[in-house]
Amino acid sequence: MTINQRIITIAIIVFATMLTRFLPFLIFPAGKETPRFVKYLGKVLPAAVFGLLVIYSLKGVNVLEGSHGVPEMIAIAVVIGLHLWKRQMLISIAGGTVVYMLLVQLVF
Amino acid sequence: MSKLSETARASGENKKGIIKRSFKAAFPNTIPIFAGFCFLGLTYGIYMNVSGFSFIYPMIMSLTVFAGSMEFVAVGMLLGTFNPFQAFIMTLMINARHLFYGISMLDKYKGLGLKKIYLIFGMCDESFSINYTADIPDDADKGWFMFFVTALNQFYWFLGSTLGGIFGSLIKFSTEGLDFVMTAMFIVIFMEQWMKDKQHISAILGLGVSLVCLIIFGADNFIIPAMLAIVLLLSVLKKPLEKTKGGETA
Repeated sequence: MTINQRIITIAIIVFATMLTRFLPFLIFPAGKETPRFVKYLGKVLPAAVFGLLVIYSLKGVNVLEGSHGVPEMIAIAVVIGLHLWKRQMLISIAGGTVVYMLLVQLVF
Repeated sequence: MSKLSETARASGENKKGIIKRSFKAAFPNTIPIFAGFCFLGLTYGIYMNVSGFSFIYPMIMSLTVFAGSMEFVAVGMLLGTFNPFQAFIMTLMINARHLFYGISMLDKYKGLGLKKIYLIFGMCDESFSINYTADIPDDADKGWFMFFVTALNQFYWFLGSTLGGIFGSLIKFSTEGLDFVMTAMFIVIFMEQWMKDKQHISAILGLGVSLVCLIIFGADNFIIPAMLAIVLLLSVLKKPLEKTKGGETA
């Protein structure tokens, strides 16, 4: 690829990314009444999206080989346990991450 | 431009104080992202460096694209043959989930003036998740709070990817597993949303459908089918879900 082709490729990636971010706001501008169905989606989607993001962030885990996803399962349990117990975001996140790092570096 | 909160107005505070308080409220929410993005950004910068790119590339990509997984995929594209159409389609597919963020944020970003443009521009997974779920204190301004969350997150990513691009292979890793910080954050955010919701159908649906699609379509192709299935099922369930009214979801 020449430098110009690289610039064009990056520009296209930027444009397409921005399209995915701006499109809903362009189709349903603030001044106009948003269709009821879209409003409904706006209310029920986030909970589903957070579920999707949890799976998305775990998509690289292979349960068939290597450590079979055991360190992930333990660390997830730690995050959930800590969060149910203290409900302090930073403690739950830091605790789970430290446990995971120790597991993959020392145990598995 | 943006509306000051009632409390702040009543106490007759100046704008500067409210901006400062909004920053102070926003910052702690971004600490996990600081760890995650510095690390992931560093990995990305190193990846570009060892692929033969100057640090200018990861630096510019972090400022313009600002979508982590897409930037990793872009490295391969830039090394391959010139194919702008394929780049366009692949970017749309990888980033299609942003459409859901936009639909969810239509209300929350309303009336924020110029800040809104930046908030949409910088709406990555993490900024969306925090801005959607965070309890913004009464004495802070909603617009500034979300602005600082978004800007700090982008700054962390910029910092990590630029440093990775500059120092590249010089950096030695003893940080294996640190990327779990992102998973941990999404789990916590999922739980926070769960505790707020009166119905858990969409949460279970999102988790279950995504998992099934991941098993069927594999890690690289599951997002689009999962999104379609989620919208389809939520449409079918519209009647029963709307019955559980009373501020069921946020």
